[in-house]
Amino acid sequence: MTNRMTTLLLGTALALTSAGIASAQDKTIKIGALSDQSGLYADLGGPGSTLAAQMAAEDSGLMKKGWKIDIVSGDHQNKPDIGVNIARQWFDVDKVDVIVDVPNSGVALAVNNVVKEKNGVYINSGAATSDLTNAQCSPNTVHWTYDTYMLANSTGQALVKAGGDSWFFLTADYAFGAALERDTSAVINSSGGKIVGSVKHPLNTADFSSFLLQAQSSKAKVIGLANAGGDTTNSIKQAAEFGITKSGQKLAALLLFITDVKAIGLETAQGLNFTETFYWDLNDETRAFSKKFAARMKNGAPPTMVQAGVYAGLIHYFKVMDAAGSNAHDGIKIVNAMKGMPTEDPLFGKGTIQPNGRKIHEAHLFEVKKPAESKSAWDFYKLVGTVAGDKAFTPLDKSTCALLKK
Amino acid sequence: MNYQALFAQLLVGLINGSFYALLSLGLAVIFGMLNIINFAHGALYMMGAFAAYFLLNVAGIGYWPALILAPIAVGIFGMILERTMLQWLSGLDHLYGLLLTFGMALIIQGVFQNYFGSSGLPYAIPDELKGGVNLGFMFLPIYRGWVVIFSLIVCIATWFVIERTRLGANLRAATENPTLVRAFGINVPRMITLTYGLGVGLAALAGVLSAPINQVRPLMGADLIIVVFAVVVIGGMGSIMGSIITGFALGIVEGLTKYFYPEASNTVVFVLMVLVLLVKPSGLTGRAA
Repeated sequence: MTNRMTTLLLGTALALTSAGIASAQDKTIKIGALSDQSGLYADLGGPGSTLAAQMAAEDSGLMKKGWKIDIVSGDHQNKPDIGVNIARQWFDVDKVDVIVDVPNSGVALAVNNVVKEKNGVYINSGAATSDLTNAQCSPNTVHWTYDTYMLANSTGQALVKAGGDSWFFLTADYAFGAALERDTSAVINSSGGKIVGSVKHPLNTADFSSFLLQAQSSKAKVIGLANAGGDTTNSIKQAAEFGITKSGQKLAALLLFITDVKAIGLETAQGLNFTETFYWDLNDETRAFSKKFAARMKNGAPPTMVQAGVYAGLIHYFKVMDAAGSNAHDGIKIVNAMKGMPTEDPLFGKGTIQPNGRKIHEAHLFEVKKPAESKSAWDFYKLVGTVAGDKAFTPLDKSTCALLKK
Repeated sequence: MNYQALFAQLLVGLINGSFYALLSLGLAVIFGMLNIINFAHGALYMMGAFAAYFLLNVAGIGYWPALILAPIAVGIFGMILERTMLQWLSGLDHLYGLLLTFGMALIIQGVFQNYFGSSGLPYAIPDELKGGVNLGFMFLPIYRGWVVIFSLIVCIATWFVIERTRLGANLRAATENPTLVRAFGINVPRMITLTYGLGVGLAALAGVLSAPINQVRPLMGADLIIVVFAVVVIGGMGSIMGSIITGFALGIVEGLTKYFYPEASNTVVFVLMVLVLLVKPSGLTGRAA
């Protein structure tokens, strides 16, 4: 299958009118939204992430100042080789400056190397692996929305504290699952719990009953789901079917998105605890943005935290470009400027970017509402607690990133 | 070895096997009677699940009527496809039918994906079949037990109609020599259309059955159809009983793999396919070409 790429031309009219006063300064930016456009992660990133990038470009105000911003999108189909090919073509042929989104940790790590090699800018919002800002960190990368360390630290710790001290993992068999299981195991072990077993399942599995039966017979108090998207929704749905949740074993959805909750249905999902860094109904600003966003989505869905991260990451990038006055097309320089400027946007509030590329902001622990408590179509979450940014993410002294050893 | 766990995996394998059997049966019927390799089968299976979802959420019609209505609706859609497109391909190379149905599958999936995204929609288990029984070695959800029994009945009934009744005999005769059968006053084109409708209806029925277990989502068929094709190849193209038995058997093999070596669980079917093709290229129950 060929890579479907759509090119969205933005603000061409403005660019034309300003052509008369064009100076030697380069005021063009090209953004590539690389995502899973049709597979199991398409709803949490995909076309919604491209829309988020487009809205960021519109809201940045740069186009009124004579900037020309182009957005292209690509489908990596959850295959690292395809993701790398698209990224290379974007840098070499299409002169893309920034790559955003990129869910699927396997693809994200592969693209990370390409961006570094080509000295581009990489604002990753979709991938989970904490390796992006540790062992495999890069001076060209900002990891915006969430990572496996944060998920483990927040959801994992909360569940151990609530008495879930023995765990069995259902792990997606690729980079992301491995990272999430590793980071969660570390948290469980250090807070006095123990791991009684784990099973690796292939990515994009329809039937989880065999794996769930193994988890059931392990007698672990908590079944940790180190998977995402369709894999998580199927696991949860089928765990309910096999009476696992009723028999007292607790499910830990370590990574759950609002689109997943929608797919499972509140009847089955109610009571699940999990962590996100963004929810559309957090405050007036998130509600206002989500309303605008949902109106432009085909199925009326509010933004997921991944899509919110694409928007917020680009807003910060545009601020840096605005301050610089022109695009130097020098990835390391621009990312360093992004790290030097405190972040503030309507979706994640105030924050910072650490020297290893890790974006720091609050993390929220949610619980899925009962069907009776839900008042509107996407009213799914109850806020249970909030972890401050410096407590939620990897502390700098524990990060293994080589950039920190200068 | 833990026998309890082993029994549980065998049973779970049987459940998955039911879906493989129903789907590969439809494929076998269509291939046997129409000589078309129906790549749209997965998309039609998905349409069956969506039909059940719409019946419930738009018309308020529950699971039991949907079990009959959805296959009929999708079957009619299939017959329209056959009348308007597939019938012109009779007598041409298999490749044409394969390409056409593959294209149709992409279009159908694309349209559904455009409107419903990729994460899927929830469909609850009917109240009558909620809960489960404790079998000692495992907790069997009643719904899954129902799927096994119901699909076995449907499979055997289909086999009986085609292999043991006069209607089936006419049908088989029509594929062997359509001109001669027409001379007996039998409307062969109509029979072929109805057969395609039946095959499609079986796919849609599997879709309705799977709606409460898996997510109702546009790509549910695309993920399954490759495995089902492997099942048909192993069982022997066009053999009705062969595809039923292979369907159930491969479900069990896959279940055991999930227990002994889970990482290989989605490749084991293809490994078997390669082995069978090496030893017996016409499939386990197929007649040599």
